[in-house]
Amino acid sequence: MSLGPIKQVVGRAVPVPGDDIDTDRIIPARFLKCVVFDELGGQLFYDVRFDSEGKSIGHPIDKPQFVGASIIISGDNFGCGSSREHAPQAIKRAGFNAVIAGSYAEIFFGNCTTLGIVCVVAGKAVRDELMKEVEANPAAEMVIDVDGCKVKFNGKEYAVEIKPNARKAFIEGSYDSLAELLNGLPQVKELEKTLKYSFV
Amino acid sequence: MGKNLFQKVWDAHTVRVLPNGQTQLFIGMHLIHEVTSPQAFAMLRELNIKVAFPQRTFATVDHIIPTEGDARKRPLADPMAEEMFQAIERNTKENGITFFNPETERQGVVHIVGPEQGVTQPGTTIACGDSHTATHGAFGAIAFGIGTSQVRDVLATQTMSIAPFKVRKVEITGKLNEGVYAKDVILYIISKLGVNGGIGYAYEFCGDVIKNMSMEGRMTVCNMAIEGGARVGYINPDETTYAYLKGKPYAPKDWDKAVAYWNSMKSDADAVYDDVVTFKGEDIEPMVTWGITPEQAIGISQSIPAVTNEVMAEALEYTGFAAGDKMDGKKVDVVFIGSCTNGRIEDFREAAKYAKGRKVAAGVRALAVPGSYNVKKQAEAEGLDKIFIEAGFEWREPGCSMCLAMNPDKLVGRQISASTSNRNFKGRQGSSTGRTLLVSPVMAVAAAVTGTITDARKVFGIGC
Ligand code: SF4
Repeated sequence: MSLGPIKQVVGRAVPVPGDDIDTDRIIPARFLKCVVFDELGGQLFYDVRFDSEGKSIGHPIDKPQFVGASIIISGDNFGCGSSREHAPQAIKRAGFNAVIAGSYAEIFFGNCTTLGIVCVVAGKAVRDELMKEVEANPAAEMVIDVDGCKVKFNGKEYAVEIKPNARKAFIEGSYDSLAELLNGLPQVKELEKTLKYSFV
Repeated sequence: MGKNLFQKVWDAHTVRVLPNGQTQLFIGMHLIHEVTSPQAFAMLRELNIKVAFPQRTFATVDHIIPTEGDARKRPLADPMAEEMFQAIERNTKENGITFFNPETERQGVVHIVGPEQGVTQPGTTIACGDSHTATHGAFGAIAFGIGTSQVRDVLATQTMSIAPFKVRKVEITGKLNEGVYAKDVILYIISKLGVNGGIGYAYEFCGDVIKNMSMEGRMTVCNMAIEGGARVGYINPDETTYAYLKGKPYAPKDWDKAVAYWNSMKSDADAVYDDVVTFKGEDIEPMVTWGITPEQAIGISQSIPAVTNEVMAEALEYTGFAAGDKMDGKKVDVVFIGSCTNGRIEDFREAAKYAKGRKVAAGVRALAVPGSYNVKKQAEAEGLDKIFIEAGFEWREPGCSMCLAMNPDKLVGRQISASTSNRNFKGRQGSSTGRTLLVSPVMAVAAAVTGTITDARKVFGIGC
């Protein structure tokens, strides 16, 4: 987890086609009883990745050419369903720093932004072309230019959308309130001294 | 123009306005439990950040802990529960946080433990990763539930980013009839204002009914503010509050100075409010819920109203009751007395008064689960445990138990439970088809001994 500004995301991409990929698909409910989010990475997309014996059934993120990818390209309404923070946590912990989709469920989008996962909105034509290009050149690196709202891949540039508020927060590094709260620590310590109660 | 308590406490704890427009609010006292805190500690570890004010966080274990003596032996039978238990042990130890654990006999439901240890005090801000944190507002604190990322923020900075609430004054005038309790008052208020009525608001409960209520009763009222949509519910502190706090382990040493501070934080007589609603205490009768939200509650003499919206239709389909039915006479399978709503000593005293010399009806399973070790010890010192056991109740160890059934206490199939807890959501008590009817402790005893929901006042001859 980084708290610095995010001006661009660089990494290999993986196409995960389909609309309405919900949070249950992203992280099945039975993995919610946990003490840390650490394990969630391995459980990302679990039920569409593994059979009942835990053997891979060839989900895109497990295909050898895409292992190690850090950008997911998917369809419309990504992340719909329950508001569980476990879903973006699973994505983050599986090594993904950005998603390119047609649209996002609102709560999921907010949770992702707090964690520094860049949610890029791209039209169907752009996504289809990106998916095709990535399938053909799985080893090539993609660059998401957060400030410029552009995706660069294989010598080409694509105009995309990143919500202005989220974009500002990424560029300033203020997407996670913790960073800003930590900035205020000297004032926090001053205020604590003025309080008329303590427990020691 | 005067200020209300909410504004005074908010101002005293405002560090600054953040660039996002919200307030960086100082949290004077932070409570944690085993379900929503471990991930927050893990995030801090990852960021290599230390707990900023460990002496302002207090921990307990309540949700997953079994409430049967032998099942509490470590390691717990459920490996996940054991892991959560170990996580909070480790996290509190490593960070120098006080842990009210079973060995120290101070363990219990987080919202019962805070007040009885005296860490819940007037004029403070209190946060906990649990939606029923408003309970602590009974002392004149501004207390609210937070999410896991915010638990992390509070651990790291003792502050969080939050926007202020509007304040609604909820006044209950006059007197309560005999056999009507705090639980009936709050169910009545929610039935009138709705489960969404309080969104964006803090509720200031006041009026003669509140003034004459014990601290236990006030906690019951504030506990369920969130069920009416209000994240915060509070009551101005007074002599009743101070009498309760005096002598508690963490009560302030410089008592007079503390009382002066507390008095200064009370709402001014000319305080302004965003909204005011008034109810008459005399209008309230023993309440019972018939649906799947706490708003779906009626007086024991009333009938389930005609369906006017989808949630009502969905509720009746789930519960199997019909519009026009009276709840009076509905059979129950399980009775649960406990939870952070009604698991305090006064609740057990009142329940025992009527359970004494009576027997739980055949076929009914009745549980009495004290909210904390302190409640349990006090009840046992007064011989209440024997009264319950003789009547056929199971007398348990402290914990959340069947309030949300994360531990082994669960409903089975379509069982109906008369429960003193706070949520009657679908599947809340551990069975996806189980049904929960929220009632006061005395109504729960009446249900236990008759096997049906019925007017406790008639069964026990109260008020005649
Ligand atoms: S008793 Fe119930 S409502 Fe209260 S903290 Fe425990 S689970 Fe939550």
